[in-house]
Amino acid sequence: MSEFARKHPVWTGLIVLAVLFAIWAIFAPWPAGFEDIFGRKKVFLNALFSGITLGALYFLVASGFTLIFGLMRNVNLAHGSLYLLGGYLGYEFAEWTGLWLLSFLVVFVVMGCVGIAMQYLVFRRLEGQDLRQTLVTIGISVVAADIMLWIWGGQSYQVLSPDWLSGPMQLPLVTGYNREGALVYLKYPKVRLAILLAAIAIGIGIWLALNRTRVGMVIRAGVDDRDILGAMGVPIGPVFLGVFAFGAGLAGMAGIVGGTFQSIAPGEDTRFLMASLVVVIVGGMGSVQGAAIGALLIGLAEQLGSVYMPTYAVVLTFLIMAAVLAFRPQGLMGRRG
Amino acid sequence: MTIRKIAAASAVVAAAAMSGQVAIAADDPIKIGLLVTQEGTFAKAGSDGIRGFELALRQADSMAGGRDIEWVLGPTDGKPDTALRAARKLVESDGVDLIIGPLSGSEGIAMRDYAKTVPDITIINGVSSAMETTFVDPAPNFFRFNIQGAQAGYGLGSYVVNEKGWTRVATVAADYSFGYTNFLGFAADFCQAGGEIAERFWVPLGSSDFGAVIAAMPDDIDAIYLGVGGTDAINFLNQYEQAGAETNLIGSSIIADQSVLTAKGSAKEALIGTPAAGWQAADNDLPEWQAFVAAYQAGWPEDERFPSPSLYASLYYNATVATLTALNEVGGDLAEGQQAFRDALAAVEMDSPLGHIKLDENRQAIGSVYISEVVENADGTGLTTRMVSRTDNVNATFGLSTEEFMVKVGLPSRDTPDCDALRGN
Repeated sequence: MSEFARKHPVWTGLIVLAVLFAIWAIFAPWPAGFEDIFGRKKVFLNALFSGITLGALYFLVASGFTLIFGLMRNVNLAHGSLYLLGGYLGYEFAEWTGLWLLSFLVVFVVMGCVGIAMQYLVFRRLEGQDLRQTLVTIGISVVAADIMLWIWGGQSYQVLSPDWLSGPMQLPLVTGYNREGALVYLKYPKVRLAILLAAIAIGIGIWLALNRTRVGMVIRAGVDDRDILGAMGVPIGPVFLGVFAFGAGLAGMAGIVGGTFQSIAPGEDTRFLMASLVVVIVGGMGSVQGAAIGALLIGLAEQLGSVYMPTYAVVLTFLIMAAVLAFRPQGLMGRRG
Repeated sequence: MTIRKIAAASAVVAAAAMSGQVAIAADDPIKIGLLVTQEGTFAKAGSDGIRGFELALRQADSMAGGRDIEWVLGPTDGKPDTALRAARKLVESDGVDLIIGPLSGSEGIAMRDYAKTVPDITIINGVSSAMETTFVDPAPNFFRFNIQGAQAGYGLGSYVVNEKGWTRVATVAADYSFGYTNFLGFAADFCQAGGEIAERFWVPLGSSDFGAVIAAMPDDIDAIYLGVGGTDAINFLNQYEQAGAETNLIGSSIIADQSVLTAKGSAKEALIGTPAAGWQAADNDLPEWQAFVAAYQAGWPEDERFPSPSLYASLYYNATVATLTALNEVGGDLAEGQQAFRDALAAVEMDSPLGHIKLDENRQAIGSVYISEVVENADGTGLTTRMVSRTDNVNATFGLSTEEFMVKVGLPSRDTPDCDALRGN
């Protein structure tokens, strides 16, 4: 950090200024002239928060995707189907029992088993054959999409959040003054805040598990060079199974999250597959920190884009991807390999 | 021996069947293709549309003009390109004689253009209600027995200004032809009555995240006009409720409908007291409506239908009844490019469950508009609507001549109507 500051004093100064400006923009009420140019602060704050929340959802889906890729060199193009199936199962369970929180655990376990089945029945047989794996996973996703359409039909479902999470919550962030001159604070849906906090907790949990535990060490070593790891007598088969199960379980849980603050419907599988691909390309294949940064970037780009340049919001995501590919093809946090 | 017997027998049967076919060529079944949404925003709505269609067929014993009726489903997802593909498949590979449908606004415009390429097929619109479908360059073989979106939204604007006193609104509506059309019906009247539109938001059909739009609502408005339908509306309402539901709502024609009112979750609470204008009113006392509701409720077990028919069921029902009436009129004669049938169809006038309907020279319905308000139902378990008023004989240009309409109001688009100009008049 200090080394960077010594080497690039101008850049450091600019970055500090930008951070200070961002803090000011978030916490202080905006002066009138500023609001004329950038629109109302309430809109900005809401877009910012929605962007971060959406990023949190993308992170849940993409972290499993990137781990599976990093460890097994295996592009699982059926990852979106796992998301959608998880969402449907979570909906059914929450409808049946009314226990929203428990549905996460149940779906995590069930989708983990589905992941184990996929790894055991499909990927284990195709190890090292990238093209075949890609084609097989595309095939699985098409078949799964049709089966889900057959079972759940074409309408969209909403997972209902429990009563204690419904309604808005006042945050200590000023959005402006009301007609009487009193400060107005930002109101934001409780359920979205809960999703955000849960995603942060999961992100920190994954990071700790990868960097502070023995299993995490094995996984990191596997990402770097799994052949040597296998040659050293570490049983990589079970580790592969575990990581696949974990990634699939996370994707399934993300399905419930997506169904709670948006909705689940046919087509969401490819949407989230695309999102995870973009996130992972931006963040760097195989890196969990990269997935977090990529997810945040893409989430913010989508939401801020949809507010400030609605017509080009879709392009923005892909512009970021193109820029990353052009200047840092291994991804922001990826390692040249 | 036995094999030879069977072969001989089947030859006889085949011969009989073939000669039979020749003899009763005119009594072949009439084949109807049903174009309806089965995916996307209007998937559930489409399924209720099928119930409306089936109900009309059941009441006629699947017969019209002395001929049996067969039907084939053409599922779409609400987008014009899918509708076109489904219609082509119905015509080219299923060989249908007539198409009933489609459901969604932009599909309707695609079908108008498609109709011109298949002059031997007649298309009877299902629900789709974009204005241009019958107003701009209409097809001679496209008939619409429902009033379109602008008609269905008319009268609501002056109602909210005069009765509710809401004069400044923001609007959130679907960014496609029906969204524009339905908004136009509301806004033309609203602005003329002295209302002011603070901001217009257009959201794509199939949107699921409305957080940004809800946040961007201006603070100093009396109400939000909500012009999205199906599951988009349910998503919006849930998120609106989560964000605090701070102002009143005004419903487009597809809001105060069973397909939205029966949604689970907090969406309901935001809707109580919302005025809306549309094709039907749940508590309409017309005997035809009462009979239709009873037949609908008797036709399906309670868990396979809405408590009361949605507008999609009603409009598909009407389209089908009109078709069967015309088929009876001509004795099932679809020969010579279906000309006799089309003449009969154009002349159909019916006392439908939704009121008296007849067609104008563009084969567009002139009919009744209902204004209702959303209320809790008697046992407090769900929502229904209470009828406020009914206006009969509303035509496509609100009684103006076509030229006057084009000058004063204009064709539906994001920027039509010009509210300030209308209020100035």
